[in-house]
Amino acid sequence: MSTRLSRGGRKIERRRAVSFTFDGRKMTGFEGDTLASALLANGQTVVGRSFKYHRPRGIVASGAEEPNALMNLGEGGRFEPNQRATTQELYDGLTAESQNRWPNLDFDVGAINARLSRFLPAGFYYKMFIHPRPLWKHVYEPFIRRSAGLGKAPKHRDADTYEHLYAYADVLVAGGGIAGLQAALSAAEAGARVLLVEQTAHWGGRAPLDAPDIDGIPAGSWVRQAVDRLEAMENVTLRLRTMAAGLYDHGYALLYERLGDHMAVPDGPRHRLWRVRAAQTIVATGAIERPLSFAGNDLPGVMLASAVRDYVVDYGVSPGDRTVIVTNNDDAYRTAIALHEAGLVVPAILDARPEARGALPERVRALGIRVETGRGIASAKGGKGVKSVSVCLQAGEGASLEEIACDAVAMSGGWSPVVHLWSHVGGKLLWDEGAAMFRPDGAKPPTGADGAAMAICAGAANGALLTGAVLSDAAEAGRRAAAASGHEAGEGPVPGVEEVPEQPLVPVWLMPQGAGRDKRAKMWLDYQNDVKVSDVRLAAQEGYESVEHTKRYTTLGMATDQGKLSNINGLAILSNALNAPIPQVGTTTFRPPYTPISMGAIAGAARDEVFQPVRRTPIHAWHEAHGADWEPVGQWRRPYCYRRGSESREEAVRREVLNTRQKLGLLDASTLGKIVVKGPDAGRFLDMLYTNMMSTLPIGKCRYGLMCNEQGFLIDDGVVARLSEDSWLCHTTTGGADRIHAHMEEWLQTEWWDWKVYVANVTEAYAQIAVVGPHARDVLEKLGGMDVGREALPFMHWAEGEIAGIPARVFRISFSGELSYEIAVPASRGQELWDRLIEAGAEFGAMPYGTECLHVLRAEKGFIMVGDESDGTISPRDLNLDWALSKKKDDYIGKRGMERSFLADPERWKLVGLQSTDGSVLPEGGYAVASGQNANGQRNVEGRITSTYYSPTLDRGIAMALIRRGTERMGETVRIGTLDGGAVAARIVDPVVYDKDGEKLHG
Amino acid sequence: MAEATIREAGPVGMVTFRGDLGAEPVQRALGEVAGLDLPERGRAAIGARTLLWMSPDELMLVCDRGEAGALAADLSARLDGVHHLALDISDARTVLVVEGAVREVLAKLAPVDLHPSVFPVGAFRRTRLNQVAAAFWLVSETEARVICFRSVAEYVRKLLDISAEAPVAGLYD
Repeated sequence: MSTRLSRGGRKIERRRAVSFTFDGRKMTGFEGDTLASALLANGQTVVGRSFKYHRPRGIVASGAEEPNALMNLGEGGRFEPNQRATTQELYDGLTAESQNRWPNLDFDVGAINARLSRFLPAGFYYKMFIHPRPLWKHVYEPFIRRSAGLGKAPKHRDADTYEHLYAYADVLVAGGGIAGLQAALSAAEAGARVLLVEQTAHWGGRAPLDAPDIDGIPAGSWVRQAVDRLEAMENVTLRLRTMAAGLYDHGYALLYERLGDHMAVPDGPRHRLWRVRAAQTIVATGAIERPLSFAGNDLPGVMLASAVRDYVVDYGVSPGDRTVIVTNNDDAYRTAIALHEAGLVVPAILDARPEARGALPERVRALGIRVETGRGIASAKGGKGVKSVSVCLQAGEGASLEEIACDAVAMSGGWSPVVHLWSHVGGKLLWDEGAAMFRPDGAKPPTGADGAAMAICAGAANGALLTGAVLSDAAEAGRRAAAASGHEAGEGPVPGVEEVPEQPLVPVWLMPQGAGRDKRAKMWLDYQNDVKVSDVRLAAQEGYESVEHTKRYTTLGMATDQGKLSNINGLAILSNALNAPIPQVGTTTFRPPYTPISMGAIAGAARDEVFQPVRRTPIHAWHEAHGADWEPVGQWRRPYCYRRGSESREEAVRREVLNTRQKLGLLDASTLGKIVVKGPDAGRFLDMLYTNMMSTLPIGKCRYGLMCNEQGFLIDDGVVARLSEDSWLCHTTTGGADRIHAHMEEWLQTEWWDWKVYVANVTEAYAQIAVVGPHARDVLEKLGGMDVGREALPFMHWAEGEIAGIPARVFRISFSGELSYEIAVPASRGQELWDRLIEAGAEFGAMPYGTECLHVLRAEKGFIMVGDESDGTISPRDLNLDWALSKKKDDYIGKRGMERSFLADPERWKLVGLQSTDGSVLPEGGYAVASGQNANGQRNVEGRITSTYYSPTLDRGIAMALIRRGTERMGETVRIGTLDGGAVAARIVDPVVYDKDGEKLHG
Repeated sequence: MAEATIREAGPVGMVTFRGDLGAEPVQRALGEVAGLDLPERGRAAIGARTLLWMSPDELMLVCDRGEAGALAADLSARLDGVHHLALDISDARTVLVVEGAVREVLAKLAPVDLHPSVFPVGAFRRTRLNQVAAAFWLVSETEARVICFRSVAEYVRKLLDISAEAPVAGLYD
């Protein structure tokens, strides 16, 4: 069993005890502990159950690669699942809960799955897809549901805040071990702006434990000095607890800073997402130790050799009294030394290599520790923890030579460089046969916009595992990065190291190499997803050759740890089963983030009121205070209607329509796009943009116009006013303002760059109010300031002057069919004009109206609405707007498009009115059904409804629709399908159902 | 906390100008009307009034609210016959004043390198603040002016407040 040692613990503060709970049990640890080290110190060796078979699992690693020790952390608004105990710093009051077990860790009902393991082979889900439906519903689905998912989903609102930060650097250094520190020093000394980040709370990585003296001082002291030097430099920014999560094109990197995870309540944002642009990125992310594949390698107590010495040296925690070490390399011998120095027993080191004569093995032998070469573990035995190992020949099939009692196993299968960031952005890897590792191929780096390398790997991440090699590689990387970002890098000194030489490892992918089927079915590759050697071999047997396919079929490496421990071992097994060399089988793709980052960090500040911007008109506050029922229109909020008292929406709309038709309605039309087009070529430009003629429009007059794209489809409409000899004001739809402005600029900048035209989007400079109804003129005359009379300002004219003392442009235009004026005033005076209109209009029955009333009014008049009657596939001809297609102009955007046979086809659906024979409101989006079926077995259709409303004016339903040859079929009856499968009969009619002659509008 | 304060600048005059900024008559008219030399690319020319470099053929003249209309008209009168556009668009935008740790406050919202060597006092940038278009310039080491469209002024104000209330990230200490 694991326990706290009486002394030692480089990272803990023994005078500061910290209490926390695990599965409701109170435990204590020390400041500086991780949750994992504290759990081990409390003898908690089982920390979770595996995903598929619910096997008891213990802590394997000491860092970001941990696959087993995933916890539900925190409570309420701070609850978060799947947090790694190995990277979670302990704080007072921390609450942790194990996952994937029921009813508890010690007794788990799901463990029955393990008995069923032969029914849960690789590709289980895929194999089951072919089975009949009832089996899914009654057998697989409930079964899978119970097995699926590790942590629980949070139920409460997140109590914390998050933020983004944009940062820039010449050189971003990811990783604060000795490689990162040295690379940062070299780059910074050359004058580069350096950003150095380390994911843990400590600088130096493994060096303080594993490295020999650097520059004649202990590695830990060298690390402190290096950090001091960097901190003193103005051009260096250093951050602990900040992980480089992903590297992307153009030197973009995402950094994940955990500001508040090491305290109960963060003092400010919990996480900060850094969005970095760096000219060069140095990937100094170290390496991860590989497990060995032997039977029972997932028992609690079986750990990575490096993790064992981390717990002993860094945290003063013993993983067990008796630790057997199994290895294929020299590095694991360091663990024996650490255990020995802590007074713990190492019964034996089982070294799979034929001989071990390196400096470290000899030192270990000198300590009196038994070293057995050519040996491996036939199986680790125990239930909820390892109790013994049976020793075998690595070369054999696993016959037991002896049984060694132990309560921990430290395993090392060699090291894999952490190449994730390099690979995220396209850096290639090569297989290093000697070191049995994929390492970055320096000749094929990720490239930036200029085709030059944008990232450099350094140190262990570059495959350099010995201290001296790490430092010289890092110094070189720092200088290269500085030079590549435009700084003169001299030959800086490389720290001197008295290297401890190591003998090469021997790759071991299966232990023993001749292990039979039974043993292979107990060798875990992916602990988190419960994928075993036998699963990968089965996949190969079933014909999977690609590592990417095998990954998905077996789920190897697809858990939250993304296969940090399992990838290389898994593909080595696959390559062996396929009889193909490892580089030919290749690796799976590394994708960001390196470890999961919080959703909060991704969202940043964008929550609650600033979740997304809301655009407000100058009169927004008034609407809000007067019962506006909001409708989102793009990012604007427009009143759909204004409800009074207990009125329903429908009642409010009905009241607004009747009041506007009979008395006086006021509409906030400020959201309409307004674009000024000016210059000697402005008329010519507008003639190309609009389908009709705008250059001939007299000053002081307005004209309705249509805009098409090159394909001949309608994209926007609106009223154009000629302001002066060389300037026009174009109104666009609410949603079209920015888009049409960009459309104009695009044509001016790309096609007609030599035309003298300037455009300006002045939408937001004005408030615009539509004054509509029989009393429109009365209220304006009452407010006074300018002549808005019939003769002075006829229909489709505009005039400039003052209304109620406010400078105004008054447009005599109508989208309602009523006598109507649209009054544009400076935005800052919009509320004032609105107030005056409401006040002066009271005697005429003035009421504000919303967008739904606007829709009904225009539909009664048969006016189209871009986005309702058009959807990007509709030409003006489809809408019977041929009158607005100039025949005089040689060209305009869309003219050629409309000449294509498809758009000229007489069979096309044409705009008509529809009137249900029973007076009901036709279903929105309803299709006109025809007889027979199409090639896909679907009911034939001959048209569809584009707009449908209840008309308060006529007290019945009205609709517009696109119907095949519609205009030729006036008076015919069509059938409109309803959602319940039935149909309603409707007669094809003229879409204009109100004031056909336009007497009111011209009034 | 509260390493910076945010306030609205109140009524500000803004004249948008488009024209050939390299042409002598344009330079003369702008210089005389604004009382300023034309700003370099990516810079603000700051004096009694301010000229902002918006694009290769666009400037914005920031002035007193009361004079914007007259200045726009004056520019157009002086440039009669020269192709240009000068409009008083004072009401289209809102100006906010950020005082304090301005680089920190803006670095949390805008993808702009605010390092003093890259973005010194007098630098101007059209960019975005989170999800909306905006622009800003540094009046001094401790004061920035932010321009955004009027309709989203409340959103921008809240973003700046949130950014100012959070502890500084220490990027520009």
